[in-house]
Amino acid sequence: MSTAVDVKTLIIDGMDVSARQDQTVLDVARENNIFIPTLCHLEGVADIGACRLCLVEVKGTPKLLSACTTKVYEGMEVTTDSERLRKYRRMTLELLFAERNHVCAVCVANGHCELQTLAYGQGMDHVRYDYCFPKWGMDLTHPFMGMDHNRCILCTRCVRVCWYIEGAGTKNTSGRGGGSMIITDLNQPWGDSETCTSCGKCLMSCPTGALFKKGSTAGESDRDRSMLEFIVNAREKKQWTV
Amino acid sequence: MSKRIIIDPVTRIEGHAKISVYLDDAGNVTDAEFHVVEFRGFEKFCEGRSYSEMPGITPRICGICPVSHLLASAKAGDAIMAVKIPPAADKLRRLMNLGQIVQSHALSFFHLSAPDFLLGWDSPAEKRNVFGLIASNTDLARAGIRLRQFGQEVIEVLGGKKIHPAWAVPGGVRSALSQEGAARIRAWLPEAHATTRVALDLFKGVLSTHEREAQLYGNFPSLYMGLVAPDGTWEHHGGKLRFTDSSGSIIADQIDPADYRTVIGECVQESSYLKSPYYLPLGKDDGVYRVGPLARLNLCARMGVPLADEELKVFRTHGHGSVTSSFLYHYARLVEILASLEYIERALDDPDLFSTDLRADAGINSLRGVGASEAPRGTLFHDYTVDRDGKLQKVNLIVATGQNNLAMNRTVAQIARHFLKGTEITEPMLNRIEHGIRCYDPCLSCSTHAAGRMALHLRLVAPGGDVVGEAVRD
Repeated sequence: MSTAVDVKTLIIDGMDVSARQDQTVLDVARENNIFIPTLCHLEGVADIGACRLCLVEVKGTPKLLSACTTKVYEGMEVTTDSERLRKYRRMTLELLFAERNHVCAVCVANGHCELQTLAYGQGMDHVRYDYCFPKWGMDLTHPFMGMDHNRCILCTRCVRVCWYIEGAGTKNTSGRGGGSMIITDLNQPWGDSETCTSCGKCLMSCPTGALFKKGSTAGESDRDRSMLEFIVNAREKKQWTV
Repeated sequence: MSKRIIIDPVTRIEGHAKISVYLDDAGNVTDAEFHVVEFRGFEKFCEGRSYSEMPGITPRICGICPVSHLLASAKAGDAIMAVKIPPAADKLRRLMNLGQIVQSHALSFFHLSAPDFLLGWDSPAEKRNVFGLIASNTDLARAGIRLRQFGQEVIEVLGGKKIHPAWAVPGGVRSALSQEGAARIRAWLPEAHATTRVALDLFKGVLSTHEREAQLYGNFPSLYMGLVAPDGTWEHHGGKLRFTDSSGSIIADQIDPADYRTVIGECVQESSYLKSPYYLPLGKDDGVYRVGPLARLNLCARMGVPLADEELKVFRTHGHGSVTSSFLYHYARLVEILASLEYIERALDDPDLFSTDLRADAGINSLRGVGASEAPRGTLFHDYTVDRDGKLQKVNLIVATGQNNLAMNRTVAQIARHFLKGTEITEPMLNRIEHGIRCYDPCLSCSTHAAGRMALHLRLVAPGGDVVGEAVRD
């Protein structure tokens, strides 16, 4: 017996749209060319709703919901852009900048950074909060990749690509709150890792300059994230099976 | 009772500083100190970063000569990788450094110093600046600004932007010269040459009417240091270190810049953030040396290009052995602009500049790397110590202005001795002391550049700290 696809109809920013019931608000918005800012979302790996930039308003719900983890339902009315949302998104971005040491001018990702692009896009011309100036270091122990914790926004994209695409499980998180950090294996130097396959998917996934190819200088880290999507599609659609 | 005169701030230099003039009980000048009152901290906060990032970070020290730091930093990186960079990369780096010399020297001559000697030392402070020059000598000012723009154009054509191009990297450079870029530079060269010729003739006229300044503005025996080619020809990016004395004798030659510690000692002044390097074998008091255009022209056997070599001969008629007056720094800058234009012209014919073989690759093969290059203001050293992963453990930067620090102190004392009568603080004296400093075109790495009326704060301070006299001009 075949199962008919359960289609839901909803309204996003006043536009009537239809979606499969397993789709998220973000999926549907993007299908319909409606822009919702994201940082922790990455095509090909599961969403976790960590960065809070994709928050949207849903009629009947007082809370703001993350578009990447909220499934559609029949009759849903979503607003993706409002004064309230812009205020929260800008605040979130400012907090991300204040939390660690983001110095765009000398960063390897300058000009190719999703955090920087979003900050420009959301009109963030200054940060209202005191910078924390934490003393995070760099891990340069890997032969050709480096990690600068000063530039990490804890989106965990690298962790997810490492676990769900590469299957190595090298990248993990440790700590809590602002003291959280991305670690390698059980918090060992990256160069000592026995699980890292040196595939470089974490570099491709990083939205900022936290993960980079060693030897890169300012503005040199330009990544091709479509490669990750290509790998996932090829695997799921059995494109490599002969 | 001995007293101290303080000039604070000093303007129309790259950054902020103040000057103290020390007097004895009889009111005679005993000494002078040039203080740098800003703290930058690059040597410290770069520790823990990757050496490969340094060509991106260190140019931020300055917006006037970022290319100098870019190149010295990349060279230090080459040494850590222990690679020989592709010939094309070396030639391209040299081309950018020539553009840097032109733009910085043009800025120093036309924008910062010319208002003093063209409008008159004692002309009103609010008019004695580049805007005053534009009003009184429009064509010259415009040509000077255009000459600086030409130098900036060379930098932009290569690095993608005029200021802070992250273009040179450990192992080479990121991009070559385009044919279109070469054409743009080539088309501009005749105008740049013409402006330089006008400036040279102009300054020769200034020299004939400013003999007193040439005698008093930092005219004393000292050593000179700079890079020279193996045959002694003027160098700006490669070569080895040479020291000469004021008689023109070579006292040390062909010293590998990586061994600078064998010839350069560094001391610190309590009242300044600027370090004071000196020629180590002679000690701090006798080892005062000058760097920059004056030193480079005193050191070299020849410029290596015809027009500049002719001009070098004329320049050398102003000294015996060496040209010892710091007022002649201005002349030396113009000769170096001329040489740079000739070298740029020559470089454009080299097909290597369009090569795609631009970057050598290697890991960490040496735990220490020194990069040296001639910045417009003098020899610049970047000395990095890294761990096996390339993480910086120690950073030592020896900048040109620091190396001229002791000479600047002497210059200020010399001018003050001639123009200070008793404890009366006069405008002409202040203007001349400031110009004495400006001869060196000191770069104090600050983003603030004064324009318009010169702010000045003078205090006479007794040994106990009491202010016994004060003059404020704002």
